[in-house]
Amino acid sequence: MYKIVSKEKIGPNIQSYEIFAPEIAKNAQPGQFIMFRINDNAERVPLTIAHTNYQKGLVKIIFQETGKSTKQLASLSEGDYIQDFVGPLGRPTEIKKYGTIVVVVGGVGVAEALPIIKAFKKIGNKIITIVGVKSKNLIILENELKKESDLLFFATNDGTYGVKGLVTDILEKIINKEEIDMFYIIGPVLMMQAVAKFTKEKHIYTLASLNPIMLDGTGMCGACRVTIDNKIKFACVDGPEFDAHLVNWEELISRLNSFKNLEEISMNKFEQKQECKCHRT
Amino acid sequence: MSQNIRMLEREPKIRKHDFEQISFGYSKEEMLIEARRCLQCKKPMCCVGCPVEVDIPKFIKFLSDDKPQEAIKILRENNSLPAVCGRVCPQETQCEKFCILYKQNASICIGNLERYAADSTSKIHNSFFNISSIKKNGLKIAVVGSGPAGLTCGGDLLRMGYDVTIYESLHDSGGVLRYGIPEFRLPKKILDIEINILKKSGMKINLNTFIGRTKTIRDLFNEGYKSIFIAVGAGLPIFPNIPGENLNHVYSASEFLVRINLMHAYDFPIYDTPVYKGKNVVVIGGGNTAMDSARTSIRLGAKTVKLIYRRTEDEMPSRKEEKKHAKEEGVEFIVLTSPVRFIGDVKRFVKAVECVKMESNGHSNFGVKNSLKKIDGSNHIIETDMVILALGLHPNPVLSSLTNNLNIDTRGYLIVDNNYMTSIPGIFAGGDIVGGSTVIEAIGMGKKAAKAIVEYIKKTNRYMQKTKF
Repeated sequence: MYKIVSKEKIGPNIQSYEIFAPEIAKNAQPGQFIMFRINDNAERVPLTIAHTNYQKGLVKIIFQETGKSTKQLASLSEGDYIQDFVGPLGRPTEIKKYGTIVVVVGGVGVAEALPIIKAFKKIGNKIITIVGVKSKNLIILENELKKESDLLFFATNDGTYGVKGLVTDILEKIINKEEIDMFYIIGPVLMMQAVAKFTKEKHIYTLASLNPIMLDGTGMCGACRVTIDNKIKFACVDGPEFDAHLVNWEELISRLNSFKNLEEISMNKFEQKQECKCHRT
Repeated sequence: MSQNIRMLEREPKIRKHDFEQISFGYSKEEMLIEARRCLQCKKPMCCVGCPVEVDIPKFIKFLSDDKPQEAIKILRENNSLPAVCGRVCPQETQCEKFCILYKQNASICIGNLERYAADSTSKIHNSFFNISSIKKNGLKIAVVGSGPAGLTCGGDLLRMGYDVTIYESLHDSGGVLRYGIPEFRLPKKILDIEINILKKSGMKINLNTFIGRTKTIRDLFNEGYKSIFIAVGAGLPIFPNIPGENLNHVYSASEFLVRINLMHAYDFPIYDTPVYKGKNVVVIGGGNTAMDSARTSIRLGAKTVKLIYRRTEDEMPSRKEEKKHAKEEGVEFIVLTSPVRFIGDVKRFVKAVECVKMESNGHSNFGVKNSLKKIDGSNHIIETDMVILALGLHPNPVLSSLTNNLNIDTRGYLIVDNNYMTSIPGIFAGGDIVGGSTVIEAIGMGKKAAKAIVEYIKKTNRYMQKTKF
């Protein structure tokens, strides 16, 4: 059992948890993920590690309530326990000096990108961070981002903060001003696909952290298989990062929809149950 | 000599709608008749055929005297998993094949008897493994992986007084016995009983620990383990490398079976993990895993299940019994046929398999399968909404790639010597990760490795004592 040591709401439907898992805290590196399973009936869900505190044995995860499992996780309180929490999984990000790195993040991808940004920054890369969210209130960890980035841009769909539009609108502008050596992208798959298309045209090396459906997360089942350069790779053990220009994005997008109907059934069932609880109290 | 008595099997048309076992086992009367048929050979050949060296005549003798609690002691002396072996061992090619009555087609049903001994004593098992009687030597040994090889090796070492800790990456123990073999072949509660006996005897099982990532091999040595047994199983499922293999609802058998067996997806949405329930399912492969996938699909309500295999039925690696059960339950075998591509609809969900007929170039020799060739112009379409690929597994590369000097062969299997020791002194390995492919092979290797580990520790201790002075 793994204790939720702290819980903080850092945005609308966005939660930040610190979990007591000393072995993971000790060995985790930027870019790696954990899998959690709330209880005996729950599914195994991957989440990228947002931060670790080795001294205190804490692993931080930040997540948005999007489906049944994340909503259920958010319904837990400080002091509660998660049944299973395994990691660190996946290959760590290869941290090396590229020069100028543009990190493009969408939504809660900010939390996942921060440790990678920090590590890249620490060894002397110049970091330009571009954040894309729907609206201003969904921006998280802005101060941390400011601290770690040499330049920081925001794009919001509704124009409530930064540039009105998409991350690619900002890319268009900075690409001519800056000498860029590498792109790192993490976030919703459609955003990553769009950025990958853009950087491919510019012939600039781009690494994407992929988020396919996973089951065991240890290289056993192939649920998370993605096609990279026409070859099958398992995101859980070969990734989760791959050369964004070699990813078959259409396939990844369609595979993410494999269980859409069933996921909705699961979520509706959970929400109905939650409502009942409210009526009782 | 009278015919043997096999366990009664449930009617296929009934059992194919549930996940209960095919047979509920012997009645006491049936057991007694079968056990008393054993000739108690002076030189029992059956034992020669047993990879775990069970004293077969002795346990059967106790059964014939209606003393299952004595019979199970004999079984557990050499085997930590008798209830498992009684169900999934291919006895027909092992012990029962060497039975003196085999020639009269009346071999003693050793597997059925073993199962009876284990099941009938499962409630009183605690008394068997007398913890206080084991003399503990305090030496720590780590086992990586809680599948059949790991549990066996760990169980044997426990009996010899070692302090055994098993590390398991998943959230539950048992390895392939948990996530791979379906409930109707090996009920989870039977597996739980076996594992609980080991736990009560002092075996520690640490779940959610992916050795290589959560901790390294070096960490384990630093924690004071004298030796490590690696039994992480196989891993990466093999895909056929043909167009359309990543369409939605094309699954590896591992994914399909993990969803069902480990995650209980058949009980969705009570359990959160979903699985697609195919209506016209195509399974590709001819091994036990293919049979398990096909028979599970039937139980999930498929209208048709076609099992496509590129060779003949006789050449299928599956156990005979599994083939028989699959056919009885309505699985249609399509042999000498191979898929060439999977065809999807506009939303990238699989809707058909294009296949080609195969022909063999001659007879297969012992151990070597004859080569096959495609028959030109034999392409045809089989409609389906779900494909399950059961084509075998590649070894999981994670641990070997993260451990310096742990050598692998060209296919990725850990290299071991005759004593199952890897390229690193003190680290042993067995089961699928060294190239095994069945539960019983894994159990056999686990046993042999346990002996080798004991020898190794004795030798290094002697050496250390010598060097002290």
